[in-house]
Order: sequence, then C-alpha cells, then structure tokens
Amino acid sequence: MSMFSLYLLVPLAPLVGALLAGLFGKALGHTGSHVVTTLGVAISFVASIVIAQDVYAGHIFNGTVYTWLTTEDISLVVGFLIDPLTVTLMLVVTFVSLTVHIYTIGYMHDDPGYQRFFSYISLFTFSMLMLVMANNFLQLFFGWEAVGLMSYLLIGFWYTRPTAIYASLKAFLVNRVGDLGFLLGIGLILAHFGSLDYVTVFERAPLLAQDSILLIPGSPVSLLSVVCILLFVGAMGKSAQMPLHVWLPDSMEGPTPISALIHAATMVTAGIFMVSRMSPLFELSETARSVVLVVGASTALFMAFLGIIQNDIKRVVAYSTLSQLGYMTVALGASAYPIAIFHLGTHAFFKALLFLGAGSVIHALHHEQDMRHMGGLRKYMPITYVTTLIGSLALAGIPPFAGFFSKDALIEAVQGSTIPGAGYATFAVVAGVFITAFYSFRMLFMTFHGKPRMDHHTLEHLHESPWVITLPLILLAIPSVLAGYLYIEPMVIGQYFGHSITVLPGNGGMQAMREEWQGVNGFIEHGVMALPFWLALAGIACAAALYLKWTDIPAALKARFGGLYTLLDNKYYFDRFNEVFFAGGALKVGSGLWHKGDITMIDGMMVNGTANLVGRLSARLRRVQTGYIYHYAFVMIFGVFIMMSLWFVKA
Amino acid sequence: MTANYFLSLSIWLPILAGVVVLVTGSPKNSGCTTRWIALVGAVLGFAVTVPLYLYFSNDTASMQFVEMAPWIPAFNINYHLGIDGISLWFVLLNSFMTLLVVIAGWVVIEKRLAQYMAAFLIMSGLINGVFAALDAILFYVFFEAMLIPMFLIIGVWGGPRRVYAAIKFFLYTLLGSLLMLAAFIYLYFEAGGSFEIIKFQILPLPLGVQVLIFLAFFMSFAVKVPMWPLHTWLPDAHVEAPTGGSVILAAITLKIGAYGFLRFNLPITPDASHALSGFIIALSLIAVVYIGLVALVQNDMKKLVAYSSIAHMGFVTLGFFMFNPMGVEGGLLQMISHGFISGAMFLCIGVLYDRMHSRQISDYGGVVNTMPTFAAFFMLFAMANAGLPGTSGFIGEFIVILSAIQVNFWYAALAATTLIFGAAYTLWMYKRVVFGAVANPHVAELKDINKRETLFLALLAILVLAMGLYPKPFTDTMHATVQQLIEQTSVPKY
Repeated sequence: MSMFSLYLLVPLAPLVGALLAGLFGKALGHTGSHVVTTLGVAISFVASIVIAQDVYAGHIFNGTVYTWLTTEDISLVVGFLIDPLTVTLMLVVTFVSLTVHIYTIGYMHDDPGYQRFFSYISLFTFSMLMLVMANNFLQLFFGWEAVGLMSYLLIGFWYTRPTAIYASLKAFLVNRVGDLGFLLGIGLILAHFGSLDYVTVFERAPLLAQDSILLIPGSPVSLLSVVCILLFVGAMGKSAQMPLHVWLPDSMEGPTPISALIHAATMVTAGIFMVSRMSPLFELSETARSVVLVVGASTALFMAFLGIIQNDIKRVVAYSTLSQLGYMTVALGASAYPIAIFHLGTHAFFKALLFLGAGSVIHALHHEQDMRHMGGLRKYMPITYVTTLIGSLALAGIPPFAGFFSKDALIEAVQGSTIPGAGYATFAVVAGVFITAFYSFRMLFMTFHGKPRMDHHTLEHLHESPWVITLPLILLAIPSVLAGYLYIEPMVIGQYFGHSITVLPGNGGMQAMREEWQGVNGFIEHGVMALPFWLALAGIACAAALYLKWTDIPAALKARFGGLYTLLDNKYYFDRFNEVFFAGGALKVGSGLWHKGDITMIDGMMVNGTANLVGRLSARLRRVQTGYIYHYAFVMIFGVFIMMSLWFVKA
Repeated sequence: MTANYFLSLSIWLPILAGVVVLVTGSPKNSGCTTRWIALVGAVLGFAVTVPLYLYFSNDTASMQFVEMAPWIPAFNINYHLGIDGISLWFVLLNSFMTLLVVIAGWVVIEKRLAQYMAAFLIMSGLINGVFAALDAILFYVFFEAMLIPMFLIIGVWGGPRRVYAAIKFFLYTLLGSLLMLAAFIYLYFEAGGSFEIIKFQILPLPLGVQVLIFLAFFMSFAVKVPMWPLHTWLPDAHVEAPTGGSVILAAITLKIGAYGFLRFNLPITPDASHALSGFIIALSLIAVVYIGLVALVQNDMKKLVAYSSIAHMGFVTLGFFMFNPMGVEGGLLQMISHGFISGAMFLCIGVLYDRMHSRQISDYGGVVNTMPTFAAFFMLFAMANAGLPGTSGFIGEFIVILSAIQVNFWYAALAATTLIFGAAYTLWMYKRVVFGAVANPHVAELKDINKRETLFLALLAILVLAMGLYPKPFTDTMHATVQQLIEQTSVPKY
C-alpha cells in the first residue's frame, strides 16, 4: 500500500463507518454499528502510527487530492500536508477518538439514539482529521465548519431537552462569530498572497511583512497584523477564548463522551493547532501575538475562578478546559508554539480522562451530576477513582505526571517573553496554577472522599462501571502519566517539529530554555524548586482543608463575600449581556425593520400608497361621468368655445 | 457542431406536453392519466436538456446550440436561440425543478390537477425560452408570457390572500418590464434595425444614454431578483403560492432577474454599470444585512425562507458588480445552488404543510420525534441554507466574499455577516419546528415522509452535496463566457 493511499485511509475509514452506521443503522443494529465505527477509527489510528513513523524518518508529504474549483487563475483544492505537526494531531485525535468510541459502547448502551451517536462521533473524527491534514486554507475552513456542525449536532443530541437544543444553537452561532473573522482573514490572504496554499502563503509572507492596508481611510495598518488577528478571532470561537467562550460551558448539555472528545481533547484545540500552523505569519506580527497573549491570559485566569464555584461535576471540568485552553493560547502568544502543541497533547489525554471519569461517576449515579449529592465514591469505584486522581494530579501540574512538564515549560516560556502583555500573562499563568490545583482537588474530594451524600437507593446499587468504560480510563491514564516525561525533550528542546513550526530568532522564551536545558531530570529538579510547584501544592492543601477537614468554611466564605460570589455565579454577566444586547438587539432591530421598513414604508406608503392614490384620483374623476346628456353637451360646447377663443386670440 | 434542435425541444416539448395534459385531463378520469402524461412530459423535458451539458464546449465564449429563423421579417425579429456558459445551467436547473414539482404535486393537488400540471409544464418551456433567447423581442415575449402561468398558479391554487398576492406580483413585474421594452426599442434603432442582443452589446453609447438604459433594465430585473426595496411582492407571493409555485418562483424566476443583469446591464451599458455600481452594491448589502435581520423575526416558515432568498440573492448582485471573474462566477454558483436549496426548503415546508395545514412556526415543535427521516433531510437543507461548507450553499457565498474583499474589505465584512444571520434565522426556525418534545397532539400524529417525498428530497440532497463537494464541473463551463463578459465590461464604450 502506497503512503498516499494510507493518507487517504486515515480520514476515510471513520467516514465509511459513519455512513454505514448513519444510513444503515437499523439494519446493522447496536453491535454492528459500534463495530464498524470503532473499527474505522482503529484503522485510522493504526494508519496514523505507520504514517508517523514515516514522517519521523523524514518523509513529508504535500500534495493535492483533487481540485475543488477553479476561478480566475486560482485553483482551490483538497489536499494533504503531512508533517510532524500534522501527525502529532492525527495521533492525538485518533487515539482519543478510539478510547471514546469504546467508552461509548458502555455509556450509551441504553440510549435510543445509539447508532446515530456512533455515526456522529465517527463523522466528527473524519472532519477533525480533514482539518488537521489540510494543506490549504479552504480545506481548513471546511474542516473547521464541519467540526462545528458535529459539535452542534452532538450538543443537541438529546433533542427533546430544551437546555440541550438551546446550548447547541448557542454554540453554533457563537462559533459563527469567530468564523466571520476567520473567513475574512482567509479572504485577505487570497487577495494579497494570491493563493490559499499554506506553503505558498508562508513563502510569500516575509515579502509582505511591511505591507499595510487601509481599513479606515487615512490610517494604514499592518496587513499581517490584520490577517493574524482575524484568523485568531476564528481561533477564539473554536477554542473558546474570552469573550467568545460562552458556548463551551453550555456544551456540557451533550452526552459526556463528546465532552471528552470534542469539547476537551480535539475540536476546541483546533484554534491552537491553527495558530501553530500559521506560525510563519504570526511570527511576523508582534501586535497580533500581543493580542493572543492578553486574550489567552485573561481566559486562563478568569475562567479558572469560575471553576471554583461550580457544583456540577462536568462544569468544573469544562471551566478547567477553558482555563487550560487559555494557557495554550498564552504559549502561542509567547511564540512557544511547540509548547502549546505539547500542552495540547498532554491536556487531551488527562482532560479526556477527567471527563470520562466524571462520566463514569455520572453513569454509576444514574445521571446525577451535582457533586453535592456525591462523596465517598472511592470505595465503590476504585478504578475510576485512581484514574481520576491521576488526571487531577496531571492537571494540577504535579511531577512526574504529564501536565507538570507541559505547564512548567509553558510558564517558563512566558516568563521569557518580552512583548507587550507578557508581564500580565506571566502573572495570570502563575496565579492560575494555584486555582487549578484548588478546583481540581475540590472536585476530587467532593466526589470521591468524605461521606456519601447520595440517596439510599442509589448507594445500594453503587458499583464500578463495566470494562468498556474503565478500559478507556486506563488507556488514557497511561499517557497522562508518561507523555510529559517522554516527549518534553524531543518536542520542546529537540527538533521534533522540524520546519512545520517557525519561530523567529529572538521571539519568546524558548531559546533560553534550550540553552539552559540539563535533561529531563534536571527539569524536574528545577521544577520542584520553583514557585508554580509550591502554588500547586498549596492549592491541593487548601482544597483538602476546606473540603475534607473544615467543611463548613466554604459556606461561610460564600456568605462573607456575597458580591464576589454573585459575580462568579453569573459568570461575569457575559451570558446576560449577550442575551440582552446581541440576541435581544437583533430581534428588536429585525422587528423594527420589518414593521417600520417593509410593512409601513415600502408596502404601506410606496406600494399600496400608489395604489390608493390612483384609486382616490379615479374616484374623483369618476364624478365627472354623471351620465346626464346635458352635462356632456355643456362640457362639449364649453370646450369648443375655449378652442375657438384661442384660435381667435392667436389669429 | 452540427445543427440540432435541443434548445427548441427544451422549450416546446414541455409546452406541448402541457397542452396534451390540458386537453386529455377532464373531471371524468381520475387524474391518474394526467399525472403520468405530466410526468412523462417533465422527464422528456429534462432529458432533452441533458445533451446541452454533454455537448457543451468549455473552450468558447460564443453562443452554442444556435438556432436561427426569421419570425417577423418586417421588423427584423428572429427566432434566435443559443446558450453560453451563463445560461446553460439555468435551462438544466429549470427543467429539473419542473420534474420535481410534478412529482411533488402528484397526489397533493386535488382541484384542477390537469390545469396545475399544464401550467407548470408550459411555464417550464417559456422559462427555457427566456434563458435561450438571443433576440430581444423573443426574450421579451418569453419574459412576459411566463408571468401568466405563474399568475394563475398563485391565483388559482394559492392561499386565502392569493388574489392580492397574484396582482401584486403581476403589477410589480409588469411595470418593470415595460421600461425594458422601451429600452429595447431605443436600442433597435441605434443598432440599425436589429433586435439581436449580441449587437446591442457592441453598440457604442454615450454615458447619459447608458445610464437611462441601465435604469430601465434595472427596474425590470431588480424587481425579479428581487432587490431591496422592490422586494415586498416576494414574501406575499410565496406565502400564498402553492408549494410548486414557491419552488419555481424561488429556484428559477428570481434567477431570471439576475440573469438579466449579466445578459443586458453589464455588457450593454458597462460604463453606466461601473458608474452605478456603488448603488447596486449598497442595495445588495442592504439585502444581506437588513433582510437577514427581518428574516429573523418571521413567524411564518415560508416568509422566513422568502426573506432568506432575498438575502441570498443579494450575494448574486454583489458578486456581479465586483467586475472580476471571481465575483461573476461566485454569483452564478450562488444562483444555481440557491435553486437547489430554496427549492428544497420550500418542498420541506410543503411536506409539513400537507400534513398540518399550517406554516406558523409556533404550531410546530418536536417534529423529529415523529418524522426522523424528514428531520434529517431538513437539517441538511437548513445547513445548506446557512452556507455550511460541503454543501452547495457555501460555494457561492465564499467565492463572492473572496472577490469582494479584493475590492473593499468592508463589502466583504458586511456580506460575511450572513454567516451569523443565515445560521441564526435558519437554525432558530429549525430548532423551534423540529427539535424539542412533541408540542401538541397534531405533531404527535404526524407520519414520516413516504417514498415519493423521499425521492424528491433525496434527489436534491444528492445535488446539494455533490455540488458542495465538487463544484469544478460547474465553473469549468463558465470560465470562457465570464472572461469575455469581464473584458466587455472593462472597455469604455463612449
């Protein structure tokens, strides 16, 4: 089998599975549907491993699959770029997707939409793979929107629930706001670079670095800054950066497996991947990177705060995801793209693990998500407990778990950055470590420790989830422990990414890290001496104190700081503002334009007004026609008289 | 290529079939014969247009499948037909949509079935005549004649306010076209006694005259498109028209207006087109933004889709007046795709209307519970209407935005708001109609689509996806013609 057919096999295997399960789900039945879809993703995963070995051996592929459309002298194509960055994402996507497929067999076994669910997640996997394998902006946008569609369909999977269908529509529309920017960015690229092909655009970028564009007459701005910021607006939508983050917490209305796959591990990281892919452009615009840095830092810090007060187990993990996406974005702003991808990878594993662990708990408690009705589960669900503990330790950044390496590297890189906003970002990511550790262990303690708070009936039937659920947890726990230790050296220090990521000399703090590098053990030694590690320990200790020992303090704090709590409880009022200002405003304006514009002005005055005018005039004129002969005779004689007088006067 | 009569066949075969249906159809027979004759007529009518694509040469900008015969020699009026890369697709689209309309009206139309089928078949032929005519008077005759069947379709098989809607539709379109006739007569004398459209296109005309002729054409075509503020007949016409009428109205009739801009305004009055482009662009962008917002607050599904059609047609006129090949091709792609999607949307609403006899969004809710297959099709078309990549709805909008951004960033930015508005009004409607728990006992009793309905929805679904995934065959046929058109419009004529 040639490599090219192998490339094709990676996205097509899940697509075939999705089509089979989607169109012939009834005929295939439950087992048939999950076998074809899971098999498709498994094939895709194995093929990705083979391709990865080939890429690591130095074989990079960039070529066209087919020409989509030609117009003027531009060809828009569907094509693949297979390089180290792509295969990293391919491996993460197919691996997490495979575990989620297996997990779903157990989690959704009694759902009436079983086949449909498998069809959707396989179709999502296809879309995500097309996104990461693209060699041009068109296909990137295709994948971008396709994953958005799948996210929409999966959030609203339980379509009879009002909250779910509301959340799905909200997610789609908020993402569309981001896509608006993204599309305009792509448009500017085509207009100024004359191509949508990555390699061509990247080659031409340095030549256009000094170009400017007039958006407002009289004040030229840097073309590349505008392009990069517009592209980043797209990333803000997909990767849920403030203020376009509002859809992600609500997306938890979807079934838990997709929260793990789409809203933690893969789709939401598409923005991070995209900016890394565009590193040759972002490297040329410090303004854009500053924007990225500040937006990322704000998301990292402020979303972490919201994680503290959630009682819904999935929402804690959701806010944690938002915050961690902010961390990755900060890395992008600091020109530490390899670290962003490194953190993307480790986060994909431990966050998918945390979601699936939460799902296992929810499944065992018959769809109870409120942590106030949990507690003490570690005795009943040991595998779920241990794996969730591993995930939490990784998230908190405790060595030697994966998150420690990626997060510490990230913080160091930000500290080395000198662009505007770097100081704020450094503060945000360091402070965030404490909060992250605190909310992670708050969740762990409330769920698995202390006294059981569920009702008697549930407690009696409590047991560990079946193997199809625990196996994925174990599979994900392995890289959550090891991925950091194994990959920090090649990915961050070494030349793992080769030419797929561009970092200009002098940009960001990765250079310093590379110079001071003393091996992975040296990194750990250095890490445990530094502030972030101690902040993480302090966070865990605080959580233990408040939720294991003095459990009445949180309520007292809540009462003491009522104003602050209200602010956090209302999520900084973003939702309220959007509902009133954007949604409400659009409806008001639309209704006003319809009633005042279309009905009153155009139809009332112009169209029917004309008709009425004609009607009224003819009503007047009609009176002239009285039907009496002597009236007509009089008018005739009068007319003849006038005409004759004119004739005489003229003569 | 050798002489052939595919264009004449595509015009007269459906008309003939229509006449046969009319003659054979009587209250005595059950309608079964009528249906089958109509179907055979529609299938043959579509079949004769297929060679137009198969034998179409992509390499030339000149007219193909040309037929020429004197008609009224005293005024040098000819029966002159021909198509190029601009008109080819609309002949095919029109004949195909007529076929779907015949299938869609199969058992649904209970009164005057023969007349209904005949009206559509005859209209189909006349519309093909509009797209194929190369003589201005021939064009005018077809252009006016096709109003009659549509007028009857709305007026006879329409809803409660059908007479108001039919007359509004008729007067609006008629008023515009009278000015066009005046322009034709002026051009006839300028061209030395010829009604050849091709000759009109090479006439040198002073700018002042061009502006007047442009405006005369504009009045005629802007009503048809329709462009804001000449659009208010469309929502009324759609709401009152039967499903088939709405399908042809949205999918085909609106395209005639846009086609007119390409065939008449741009090549005959290029300098006026340039001079007045700011005006057209402003109206197009108003169509996208203003109409997008108005669509959001509609309570009637058909009105909503009607407004959405106006917004989508805004992209067409926007693209045409960017004066680059990309914009024109984007506009053409948008026209073809909108034919599929608006047709599909109206057919979907028709499917619901046939069961519930209501188009009010608030009468629905939770349709997916009882009609899952329908919901899946409707989702696909809703997403296409919202311009999702992979469906045909994406291509036109995408290419027009790419072309507009080369001219002015803000044109593109305003046009791109359709990403948000289009998704908002379409998917919000979809959510209220299809998702949720079963809203009322009527919805609980709904039956999912039958084989006949599945057939026409599936055909459109395949086309929407095929065009979205591989639009190249469409643009390949356009390049030569569009290139020539752009060259014509870039050379001053005075």
